[in-house]
Amino acid sequence: MGVELATKTIGFAEMEDVNFSDSELIYHVRDALRSVPLGDSDSYDQLIGVMFHNERLTPEEVALLVTSLKALSGAVSYIDIVHHWSLLSAIFGMSMWNYGPDVMEALVELIISLAASSGKYVDSCLLMLVNNFMPPRSFLELLKQPHGVARKDQVLYHVHSALKGIADLVPLAPLKLQDIITQRMPHIFKEEPLIVIYVENMLILESGALGEVIGSMMLIAVVDRLIDLDVEIGWDEILQDDSSKGIFEMELEDVEGTADDAENDNDELLIECGRLIQVYETLLQSFQKTVLTAYKSKFAQFVMFYASSLDPENCGCEICQDAGRYFYEWMSAVAYLASYLSRAKFLSASFVATILERLVNWCFNYLQIQDGDINPETHRVFYSGCQAIMYVLCFRMRSMTGVPHLKSRLLLLPFEAILKHPLNPLKVCLPSIVEEFLRQAKAAHLFTLSETFVFNDLLESELSRAFGGMERLDMFFPFDPYLLKKSDRFIRPNFVHWSMVRTTYDDDEEGSSDDDVAENFGENIADEGMACSFEEHDLDLDEFDYSLNKMSITPKNSLIYRFRGESRGPMQMPSRIRPSTSPESL
Amino acid sequence: MEGLKVSDANLVVYVHPSKSKKVSEAILRELGSLLFKFSETFDGVLLAYDVNILSEVAKILPGIHPYFGVRLKAKLLLFYPKPDMILEGKVVKLGQQSIHVIVLGFSSAIITEEDIREEFIYKVKHGQEVFASTSYKQHKIKVGTIIRFLVKSFDEEILHVSGSLVPANTGCTDWLDKNLEDWSHTNRSTKKQRESEGRGEMEEHDKVTVDGKTFSLNTEHQIKKSKRRRSEDS
Repeated sequence: MGVELATKTIGFAEMEDVNFSDSELIYHVRDALRSVPLGDSDSYDQLIGVMFHNERLTPEEVALLVTSLKALSGAVSYIDIVHHWSLLSAIFGMSMWNYGPDVMEALVELIISLAASSGKYVDSCLLMLVNNFMPPRSFLELLKQPHGVARKDQVLYHVHSALKGIADLVPLAPLKLQDIITQRMPHIFKEEPLIVIYVENMLILESGALGEVIGSMMLIAVVDRLIDLDVEIGWDEILQDDSSKGIFEMELEDVEGTADDAENDNDELLIECGRLIQVYETLLQSFQKTVLTAYKSKFAQFVMFYASSLDPENCGCEICQDAGRYFYEWMSAVAYLASYLSRAKFLSASFVATILERLVNWCFNYLQIQDGDINPETHRVFYSGCQAIMYVLCFRMRSMTGVPHLKSRLLLLPFEAILKHPLNPLKVCLPSIVEEFLRQAKAAHLFTLSETFVFNDLLESELSRAFGGMERLDMFFPFDPYLLKKSDRFIRPNFVHWSMVRTTYDDDEEGSSDDDVAENFGENIADEGMACSFEEHDLDLDEFDYSLNKMSITPKNSLIYRFRGESRGPMQMPSRIRPSTSPESL
Repeated sequence: MEGLKVSDANLVVYVHPSKSKKVSEAILRELGSLLFKFSETFDGVLLAYDVNILSEVAKILPGIHPYFGVRLKAKLLLFYPKPDMILEGKVVKLGQQSIHVIVLGFSSAIITEEDIREEFIYKVKHGQEVFASTSYKQHKIKVGTIIRFLVKSFDEEILHVSGSLVPANTGCTDWLDKNLEDWSHTNRSTKKQRESEGRGEMEEHDKVTVDGKTFSLNTEHQIKKSKRRRSEDS
C-alpha cells in the first residue's frame, strides 16, 4: 500500500522533487492510460484533475500542466476513445484564452498529435480549435485592454498554427474544417465582439496557407453573414447601433489588404493581382447569389463597390457584363447597375457610355415589339430600364457631353423614340428623376420635348409606385451614400455624392467656392440625423439642401410618417438621409 | 505500391432537367463530387475518372422532378488500401513516438512506436530527427524520405491509414530497392495467393547473384488492369 502510494504521488504531485526525462514521463502517462480499462484509474484521475484546473494558476501549476500536456502528446496512441472519454472531453473543453503561451504551445502540440494519430479525433480536434476562435464570455471585457489584445494575438497565432499543423499531416482536414466553421458561425444576435473575432479568424484563414483550399468558402460565408446582419439593421438604428460595423470594416480591410500587398512588392505584383482577381471572382459569385437576391441590403453591396474600385479596369467592368444574365432579378440588377455606374468615381466616362448604349438599345428593342399604352405593371422591366438610363445621365451627362466623341455617341441614341413612345416612361418613372433629367437634357440640347412636365417637386407618383411594385423597386438605389461610419473611409474616396456632381445647367453657378459652400452645408447638417426639422434652417439653405439630397433617393421623412401605420414592408425601405453623415471624413 | 487499381464501370448518372443543355458539365460535376471520398460501391477512394457517354438517349424518371439517366462507361482510378497491403508514402513528420506519412498526397498515415521494428532506433543527428537502422548503416528514415509500410487498418471516413514498419520488407524505398534481399520473392508469392481475386499490381523479380550476395531486381511494375464490369442499379 505504501509503495503504491509513493509511486502514484511521484507522478504528478511532487514534480519539483524528482527529475524525470521526457520519455519517462511519457511512459508514466501510458501506464496511467493503460490501467484504466483494468480498473485502476487513480493516476488517470489525477491527470484529468490537472486539465480541469484553469483558474489563477501558480507557476508550479502551469509547469505541471505543460508537462502533462507534453507527456500526453507522446502517448496519444494509447488514448482510447471509449475508456478515456473523460480525459478527451477535458482536453477538448480547454480554452486557450485562459492560459499563457507555454500552455498554448503544449496544447497545440497535443491537439496536432491527437488529430494525426487517428481519423476518429480529427473532427473533435478541429471543433476544439474553432471553438477557440472566440473567447469565453468572461474574457470579453478584457479584450478592450492592451493585455487582452495581446492575449488575443497569441491565441489566434497558436490556433492557426495548429490548424496549419493538422492540415500538413492530414491533407483532407481543411475540407472538414470548412464545414465545421460554417456550422459554428455565431448567430447574428450574439454579441458583436464575438462575431467580429470569429469573422477575423475566418479572414485570417482566407489569406493564409489554407486559403487556397477553403478561402472562397470563407468569403462566401462572411458575405452571407453580412447580408443577414444587413437586413436586420433597421434604419432607425443605424445612427446608434454599432453592431456589425466591425465586420464590414474588417471585410473591407481584408480586401484592401490584398491590394496593399500588390502595391508593396513590385516583383510579386502579378501574383497579387491574380489573387485580387480570384478574391474578386469569389466576391462576385457570392454577390450574385446572395446580395442581388436579398431584398434591399444596405451595406453588403459596398464590399463589391470597394473591391471594384481597387482594380477598375478588370473588376469594375465584370459586374456590368453579368447584369445581362438575370431575368428574374432583372429589375434589381438594373437598379444595381444604374446606381453603380452613377456612384463609382473610378469608372471612365467612355465605359459608362458603352454600357448606357447597351441599356438604351435594349429599351429601344423592347419597344419594337410592344403595342399599347402606358401600363406600369406589365412593362415594369422597361420602365426600370428607362429610369436607370435617366438616373445615370443625371450624374454623368455633364462629363459625357464634355467629351466631343462621347457627346456624339450620346446624340445618336434614340432617346426621343423611347421617351415619347405611348408607353410614356416620363410619366411613369420617379418624377424627381425625370425632372432632373429633363432639366439637364434641355441644357445639353439632347432632345426636344413638346410637352412640358410639371412635377411639383414630387418624389414619387402613383404610377411609379405601380411599376415599382410591392418591393418598391422604383425607389431602389443600392449605392446611395454609405452609412456605417467606421468603414466609410474605404468607400468615400471612390464615391460620387450628388453634391459633387456638376450638372449641365450648372454653367451659371460657377466656381469652386460654390462647391465648398455645398460641402460646408453638408457638414453642418451632418450630425442632426433624421429628426432634424427644416424650420431650423434658412429657407434657401433648405432648398439647396433638398437639391443636394434629392438624388440620394430614399423617401423623405414625411413618407416615413405616412407609412408608419402600415405594414412592416415600407418601414424597411431606405430612409431619408443627408449625404455626408460623418463629419470627420470630410 | 499496392492499393491502386483501375476499374471499368458502367454508370448511370441522373441529371436534373435544368441541365439538359449542359449534360457533360453536369456529369463531370457529379463525378467530381465523388473524388477523394471512399465509395462503398466502388470499394475504394475515387482518384480519377475517364468517362464516355454511351448513348444520347436517356430514360426519364417519373416523378416531380423528371431526372433523366445518362448511361456512361467510365474508367475509374481507385485507391483501396486493405490490411496487409504494402503502401508507399512520404514522411512529413518524425518523432520518437510516431512517424507521420502522406500517401499519394491526400491520405494521411501514422506508424506508431510499437509498430516500428526493433531494428530502427530514434536519433537526432545534426539537429535532424532520424530513424536509423542498427543493422544497415545506410538505411535511414527522415523527413522527406519515401517509405514503404504495411497497412494495419484504414479509416474510410477521413482516409487515414494506420501502418506498420514491422515486416522486413518495409522501410526506406530507395534503400530497399537498391539493397535487395531474399525476403522479396517468398513474401510476395504468399501475398499473391491472398489476393487471388485478380486485383492489385504484380511485380516481376529476377534473381541475380553478384559477389555471393543474392539480389533480386525489380524489372518493372505492372499494374494489371482489372476488367470489372459494374453496373449501377437504376
